[in-house]
Amino acid sequence: MIEKRPIRVLLAKPGLDGHNRGINLVGKALRDAGMEVLYGGMRVTPEQVVEMALQEDVDVIGLSIFSGGLMTVVPKIFRALRESEARDIPVIVGGIVPPMDERELLDMGIARVFGPGSDLDDIVDCVQELARSRLERETA
Amino acid sequence: MFRERDLEEIRATREEWERTVLKKVMERWPERREEFRTMSGIPVKRVYTPEDIADKDYVRDISFPGWPPFTRGVQPTGYRGSLWTRRLITGFATPEETNKRLKFLIQEGQTGLNIIFDNPTTNCFDSDNPICEGEVGRDGVPIDTLRDMEVVMDGIDMRSVSTSLIIAGPFVMCCYIALAEKRGIPIRELRGTLQNDMVSLFYTVNSIAFSLPDAFRFSTDVIEFCRRNIPRWNPISFIGYQIREMGCTAAQEIAFTIASAVAYARELIRRGMDVDEFMPRFSFFFNAHNDFFEEICKYRAARRLWARIAREDFGAKDPMSWLCRFHVQTAGSSLTAQQPMNNVIRTTLQALAAVLGGTNSLHTNSMDECYALPSEAAARTALRTQQIIAYESGVTNTVDPLAGSYFVESLTDRLEEEARAILAKVDEMGGMIAALQAGWPQREIMRAAHEYHRKIKEGELNIIGVNMFEESEEEIPLEILRIDPSYEEHQIKMLREVKARRDNSAVRRSLDELKRAIERGENIMPACLEVVKSYATIEEMMSTMQDVVGRGEESKHAFVC
Repeated sequence: MIEKRPIRVLLAKPGLDGHNRGINLVGKALRDAGMEVLYGGMRVTPEQVVEMALQEDVDVIGLSIFSGGLMTVVPKIFRALRESEARDIPVIVGGIVPPMDERELLDMGIARVFGPGSDLDDIVDCVQELARSRLERETA
Repeated sequence: MFRERDLEEIRATREEWERTVLKKVMERWPERREEFRTMSGIPVKRVYTPEDIADKDYVRDISFPGWPPFTRGVQPTGYRGSLWTRRLITGFATPEETNKRLKFLIQEGQTGLNIIFDNPTTNCFDSDNPICEGEVGRDGVPIDTLRDMEVVMDGIDMRSVSTSLIIAGPFVMCCYIALAEKRGIPIRELRGTLQNDMVSLFYTVNSIAFSLPDAFRFSTDVIEFCRRNIPRWNPISFIGYQIREMGCTAAQEIAFTIASAVAYARELIRRGMDVDEFMPRFSFFFNAHNDFFEEICKYRAARRLWARIAREDFGAKDPMSWLCRFHVQTAGSSLTAQQPMNNVIRTTLQALAAVLGGTNSLHTNSMDECYALPSEAAARTALRTQQIIAYESGVTNTVDPLAGSYFVESLTDRLEEEARAILAKVDEMGGMIAALQAGWPQREIMRAAHEYHRKIKEGELNIIGVNMFEESEEEIPLEILRIDPSYEEHQIKMLREVKARRDNSAVRRSLDELKRAIERGENIMPACLEVVKSYATIEEMMSTMQDVVGRGEESKHAFVC
């Protein structure tokens, strides 16, 4: 029997944008749902995100980006993940995302995209589900 | 404002009304809610009467437009004289594309320029820095060197246009000044506004190239320089807009914006300037959110509160110093991705609130900004929204038409009182900079943001398409602006060409001189101007400054709640 620990989530803002209302709200919602939330900070590089995720042994990575840099940052994150031993950590994205970019992000391997008007409960459920299925994969 | 005898009669009639018709109706048809509140949580009564403003003195508290305490506006003739400045935010892709869009808007009837810069420029990085990959020209126009400003303003008459630059610090301002000098225009003829409120930017969009005290120092240098050399330029615009976008209340928006103005005013006085030397050119920048009356009252309250602070606390004597002149932008965070056409209607109501609140200048958001920067068609509709209010609706025919409304006056009072209480708390903490270093405003704002989202979730606040009248499986009927990635390559190529052409020894000399000016504690603007004229880049200037004072650090206070 695996000892049950709270779900650990890393939230970070890669890219140069500095708007943090979204990431703060999501962080609080996840914490209120009993998860451990680690704040990775703003303007971090894709490599730093992956390094923190490994170090803190997180179950899910959440990225918040409000700038057009999203489509450049996300492939870099996946590249860094693939090059690490953390390739199976699911990644979700929040921010201003044009509809056609959303499709492309999902194709790249992003688990879910949460644009403006997303429901916080929906985000909480999604993170719980992603963490659970990852754990199941590991134990299988 | 009312005679005691009249008030007694009003009270008696009200009581009778409550006992009879009101009671009967309430028993049969209860109201839709137990209690009604503004978006910021202020209780709203069923009906307002002279009793609610019985303690008001018309001359002391409301008075005339263009007359203290300016509750009714800063212009004696309101919009009967001149309309507000219609200013849409412009800036994307490259200086070349931005120049084209600016010319298009001028041709469509826009009366002032309002230029926004991309993330690399806002963070003082050159376009070719690897950290900027994918962000050049995405959210604004890139300015790497003076060359880019030359292109942005190409063919636009700097003497006749008023330009707002949505950025802080010396670099872009110096590009604008240097360009005027190159064109042979005396810089004292320039008109416009520099955002420059580093105090607010520090915690709203987390501008952290420098520590808060250093950023404060450099932005104050810009104000001092502009006041001495460009008399009609507003060297700072205190940013309530971004504070509101973080999710704060209307009263917090007023209070924290004014708290920043107070911080700069005290610093300029400490530097030896007379209050009436700089305060006439202070300007403000507010949000226009969903609660129609609360927003109108917010503008009225902000004007009155600022007039009182300028006069009573700072002892300003020039009536121009007492004026809270402001630009308004409709609330970006109120736009919904769901049913985006509805955003046109939201923006119209917000813009109307700004106009009824007496704004001096206005930006209306485009319906598609929940997805991307506006397309040309969406930007045109946003401008037309303002023109319909200005030329068709008739609301501009008389000044401050809502004055004297028992509700509007009462809510104006309430907002002024709440804002005053927050300002007193900031003062107790040692002023806005000390308060921010302790994280108090950040935590208070985040608490309000959580509360706002809780209300939407629980249905206390209605957002059409989000928690009411939702539609499933919507098609998004919008054309979305795409920024071609080749613009980034073009910008980097232009930057490299400038670097290859310029005199590098002149660049080095000017940067060394800037370093010495910082070390000597002088105003950095004259040195910055020389830096810009040598075609040094924005990042070269920032790194030189950081070599002397170091970098800033992200304030993580907001995250901990």
